[in-house]
Amino acid sequence: MKRVGMECATAVAHAVKLARVDVIAAYPITPQTHIAEQLSEYVANGELDAEYINTESEHSALSACIGASATGARVFTATCGQGLALMHELLPIAAGWRLPIVMVNTNRSLSPNLNIWGDQSDSMASRDCGWIQFFAENAQELFDLVMMGFRIAEDERVLLPIMVNAKGFYCTHVIEPLNVLDQEEVDKFLPPKKIPEYALNPDKPTTWGSVAFPDIQTEIKKQWDDALRSSINVIREVFSEYSSLFNRNYDIVETYRMDDAEIGLILTGYACGTCRVAVDALREEGEKVGMIKLRVFRPFPFDEVIDASSNLKALAVFDEAVSFGGAGGPLFSEVRSALYNSEGKPQVLGFIQGIGGRDITTDDFIRAYRETKSVLLGEKTVERDFRFLQVRE
Amino acid sequence: MKFKRTAKPRLSELPIAAIIPEPGNSKHYSTGDWRSLRPVIDREKCTRCGLCWIYCPDTAIIKAEEGRRYYVDLNYCKGCGICAEECPVKAITMVMEEEP
Repeated sequence: MKRVGMECATAVAHAVKLARVDVIAAYPITPQTHIAEQLSEYVANGELDAEYINTESEHSALSACIGASATGARVFTATCGQGLALMHELLPIAAGWRLPIVMVNTNRSLSPNLNIWGDQSDSMASRDCGWIQFFAENAQELFDLVMMGFRIAEDERVLLPIMVNAKGFYCTHVIEPLNVLDQEEVDKFLPPKKIPEYALNPDKPTTWGSVAFPDIQTEIKKQWDDALRSSINVIREVFSEYSSLFNRNYDIVETYRMDDAEIGLILTGYACGTCRVAVDALREEGEKVGMIKLRVFRPFPFDEVIDASSNLKALAVFDEAVSFGGAGGPLFSEVRSALYNSEGKPQVLGFIQGIGGRDITTDDFIRAYRETKSVLLGEKTVERDFRFLQVRE
Repeated sequence: MKFKRTAKPRLSELPIAAIIPEPGNSKHYSTGDWRSLRPVIDREKCTRCGLCWIYCPDTAIIKAEEGRRYYVDLNYCKGCGICAEECPVKAITMVMEEEP
């Protein structure tokens, strides 16, 4: 292991190289481009012995990944925003066919209007495609989640694709210090990929994706849902193994100053850093506040979220995506739904912020905290329990 | 991982990703129960030209006795009626399945 300074996108490419992938198929799109660029350079200059497939679109990129993964290869791709939207048709195919592809999605706001900056509208629109979804906060976490991603995805108890989300620019173009693993360490943690018994093989033909009549589709979907739900145990296991091997501290849900907290702030990804500073500032004033960071969004970690919120009076949920006409942001509706039947559940309020790359500041978290507190104390009533936080009215 | 294929597998019997692990298994699918109309061959009119055998999309017309006799394999015949349509001497009639 060594300490280096690296751009987040390079940290991803470096992790993928160390993971000795067999096939990469990708199409460049800002802010993912540096990942695709760096990987194609590694392949071109002989540093990485892999097939790099230049495709004419993201639809083709994921199609190529699916084909390659079905033969048993270790496969990586990266995209974001409209690119992920173009992959949409193939996303459930990769997952339903139980192909352990690892993808980095550099969260970018979906059009319109044309916006290359970060929010979670892309990955949230892919929420129900049956992939495992992680959110990374920084370069270190991104590197580690990609590495652990291959182990988890390829585990015989899982066999599902993984989307590692990281906010565009904030977690792609920023140069950060991080500890990278040596090849020897990676080889021990991530052995060469096993070719599954059912992999595409001319000597042992199999049929994939054949027509399924109403008398079998229910069982197919249930098998897939069971696999995604039970993957949480393997995720927990691998997080813990990696943490002890490489001196990290990875849990599915991470808490910060939650011990005696009465109000919690729950969110994913890069904004957690800013949120910790806001929590510290509020703690200085004597406020009993803490933060809950969600590292895994799919499978949704019900037990961990209920556990972390058990002593709270109120919980503010921060979304970076809009569920148009729905129950607040996607994270809000999931968290509130997870807590609905739990005893002594906290009051849950939702805040949408950070849309299309608008900066999320400590003041935003502090304002949301104060609003949550005044609603809790009955000093203020709100028309809806969720709202946009940063709108110029 | 053990593969086992049954017509209506239970969840526990379903191969991963519903992959069909053995090749050449389409004959296990009895598509005959899709049928509402059944072809009936009039042996008096039939000239043994074999056009029904050529046209049948499901190879459900069976050529027997070196072409001296043709019959319908009702396990697979979907009742599409192409054989009746193509028969040059109108020796094939489509009858409702309920009728004897």
